Amino acid sequence: MKFTIRVNGVEHTREVEPRLLLSDFLRHEIGLTGTHVGCEHGVCGACTILWDGAPVRSCLAFAVQAEGHEIRTVEGLAPGPGQLNPLQQAFRDAHGLQCGYCTPGILMTMTAFLEENPKPDEAQVREALSGNLCRCTGYQHIVDAVLLASQA
Amino acid sequence: MKPAPFAWHAPEDLAAALALKAQHGGEAQFLAGGQSLVPAMNFRVAQPAVLVDLNRVAALDSLAFDAEGTLRVGAMCRYRRIERDAEVARRLPLLVEALAEVAHPQIRNRGTLAGNLCHADPASEMPAVMLALEARFRLCRHDGERVLPARDFFLGPLATALAEEEMLAEIQIPALPPGTGTGFLEVARRRGDYAMMGVAAVLRRGPEGRCVAARLALCSAGPTPMLAERAAASLVGTRLTAEDFAAAAALAVAEIDPMGSVQASPAYQRHLAGVLVPRALALAAERAA
Repeated sequence: MKFTIRVNGVEHTREVEPRLLLSDFLRHEIGLTGTHVGCEHGVCGACTILWDGAPVRSCLAFAVQAEGHEIRTVEGLAPGPGQLNPLQQAFRDAHGLQCGYCTPGILMTMTAFLEENPKPDEAQVREALSGNLCRCTGYQHIVDAVLLASQA
Repeated sequence: MKPAPFAWHAPEDLAAALALKAQHGGEAQFLAGGQSLVPAMNFRVAQPAVLVDLNRVAALDSLAFDAEGTLRVGAMCRYRRIERDAEVARRLPLLVEALAEVAHPQIRNRGTLAGNLCHADPASEMPAVMLALEARFRLCRHDGERVLPARDFFLGPLATALAEEEMLAEIQIPALPPGTGTGFLEVARRRGDYAMMGVAAVLRRGPEGRCVAARLALCSAGPTPMLAERAAASLVGTRLTAEDFAAAAALAVAEIDPMGSVQASPAYQRHLAGVLVPRALALAAERAA
């Protein structure tokens, strides 16, 4: 079926099957491969995107359901090509990633978290991070990065 | 890890949604937040031929207290809306306290209370909380409706009293009388995981401080959410002391029927119930002014 979706402020119209997951649509139909796919059942958080500003799992929604909603992916964070936004810069400065697979999902989770909690403490950051798995066990540096971003 | 093909309908009103369900019967499933159904479809454990997507039925995204003080939660009301509602937190703190233990914010941003209840996972927190709060469920079909107490809704693991044509359209949670205190506690391997044991306690004190009413419901404690009725009854008339809680816990441990999982044996789950029941009761008693 034909539908139109708005991602990072840009409209895309495609003909897709209703069963196409939003995560697969983002990656395979419009080439936004920054959204990573880990577990495909809502546990790992790698595919987290912002849906009308709120972080959600893109593997647990069908692309056609997103019509009429504002979708934001990791590609929508940086102010311009070759640039990083303050949260991304903090991840770089605090070594908040190793392999980077979980990073896009964590950036989207933390983007929404910091909008609501601009000055979080460490415990709040850890709780907000609980829905995103990092298998490099890099949580300490991820927490450091989010706290660093909140001090900017 | 991709869903099987299905026909997708996204009606904009309740009548159209119910008509579609009546038309397609057992071939069709309602899709609310999708946080249980879509994983099951990704695994192909669930392969509905037809999805009746309720996300565009704006009237079902409702959350309001009526004139009697009953909270009415529509089928498309997402967890996040409930947990952020200041009035719900004030009048039904048990609901908000337990919601904090349900998965993660990303899941609660989309997941709905009604969808969770229809999934009827006995390890899930909300079915037990509905028993503790004596919720009623309004079940609608194209040609009528009925209201069922929560305790008659859950029949077994992933099994409910919903007929093929019915939708859980509204959850009704009655107001807590003055003097009532509530508490929810659980033990899970990690924050947001399913509980290995969870306890919801509701206690009401009379004018002299004695307990006049008690409800105790447990999750991960049997094939359905479990009411510990003998344990609760043992508290009525007591002064709600630590000894009373210990006696109630011993009864509750005998009343439940934990099934065990890879994370916890039934014996360990009973042990957890013995620890959590007195703590949850103490919390509720302290809050019962």
